Amino acid sequence: MGRFLSIVRRDLRLALRQGSDSVMVVMFFVLTVVLFPFGIGPEGNILARVASGVIFVAALLASMLSLERLFQTDYEDGSLELLTLSPMPLEIIVLAKITAHWLTTGLPLMIASPLLAVLMNMDGNGFAMLMLALLLGTPALSLIGAIGAALVLGSRRGGVLISLLVLPLFVPVLIFGVGLIEAAIGGFAVKSQILILSGILFACLAFCPFAAAAAVRQSVE
Amino acid sequence: MATFAGRDLVCIRGERLVFSKLNFAMESGGCLTLIGHNGAGKSSLLRMMAGLLHAASGDMLWDDQVVSDDMDEHRERLHYVGHHDAIKPVLTVEENLKFWAGLRSDASEAQANFKEALDIFSIGHLIDVPGRFLSAGQKRRANLARIIASKSPLWLLDEPTTALDKESIKKLEDVIESHRANGGMVVLSTHSDMNIKDQQILNVSEFSAARGHESASLLAEGI
Repeated sequence: MGRFLSIVRRDLRLALRQGSDSVMVVMFFVLTVVLFPFGIGPEGNILARVASGVIFVAALLASMLSLERLFQTDYEDGSLELLTLSPMPLEIIVLAKITAHWLTTGLPLMIASPLLAVLMNMDGNGFAMLMLALLLGTPALSLIGAIGAALVLGSRRGGVLISLLVLPLFVPVLIFGVGLIEAAIGGFAVKSQILILSGILFACLAFCPFAAAAAVRQSVE
Repeated sequence: MATFAGRDLVCIRGERLVFSKLNFAMESGGCLTLIGHNGAGKSSLLRMMAGLLHAASGDMLWDDQVVSDDMDEHRERLHYVGHHDAIKPVLTVEENLKFWAGLRSDASEAQANFKEALDIFSIGHLIDVPGRFLSAGQKRRANLARIIASKSPLWLLDEPTTALDKESIKKLEDVIESHRANGGMVVLSTHSDMNIKDQQILNVSEFSAARGHESASLLAEGI
């Protein structure tokens, strides 16, 4: 556990000192959402209708922006080889890196989301569920994205390739995340959506570190 | 007394046969120096010994136990120095080394030792300097300090003298000597002559298959 935390701490420190990465992600998130009222027009009803979908899609794209850097810098400077060779299981190491990634991208997105909900004229009943949906959804995005990030290591233009690989896999999270918010706004029961989102998260938690670790092993070979 | 050996190792990279039927054997206190022309497979062999690369066939033995049966244990007993130094530009030398030391099972001991290790390579004064201000040679010295800080019996050094000045090469020779005196093993590949006593020389070129068709036929046999 101590070693797990030491990797998380290192990655957080790297993110903090290299600066702008997570700020950029949040700015991208905010700007994308802000563009919609300009494109659609300022009519409150229409904005409120699309709010949950727009915010969720923007969050999904924003969290994907920083995925490329998840393993890339470690791959380039040889750190990934040494991490692979360290005595602790690579799956745990990968999970630690994913945790740090979520803390620097998913968490800020979640915190910024209510502001955007106001901007999009979202119904007040949806705010709490929006944050809950992002709380359950963004870690799943980081987990799934890690597989893509590990698979494209060593290829040029990895960033675009990652989007092609992982965007289709994000669809379930998107459907049930937006479903949860819509249900809350409509006054329906939200339990089933929460359970399904949690189910997706835990399935990802169980599967993705293994898949990503396998891809990392392949890349350092 | 530990032994480390490889039997009939075959390395295939990108459908090209790099070397085949390679054997080596060494024991505690030994030093195996890999020589051979560029592309002969020195680095590949070292990466294979580290477990980064899988042998297409053949196996490696540690104390007559097949290494690939328990990779976690094998990783615990080796240190690898590759072409990159894994020094993060935004972290100080201390943070860099403490992190790597912390991943070993003897973490607390290693974290206590690393200052001493830096002094051995006379970069103790750089301890608070971020990695981006280090020269290539200083980075390499910091990387070598990493492997001294925590104890592992097997050192795999891929051209460790790259970017080092004469004085540091001399220190590295001393460090290797004392590691061997304590029962450690060293495998290193080098192009420059290092002054090391009783080294066993393995010319990887002798096992390399220059003939392209041979690799194709080996692949066809499913090796």
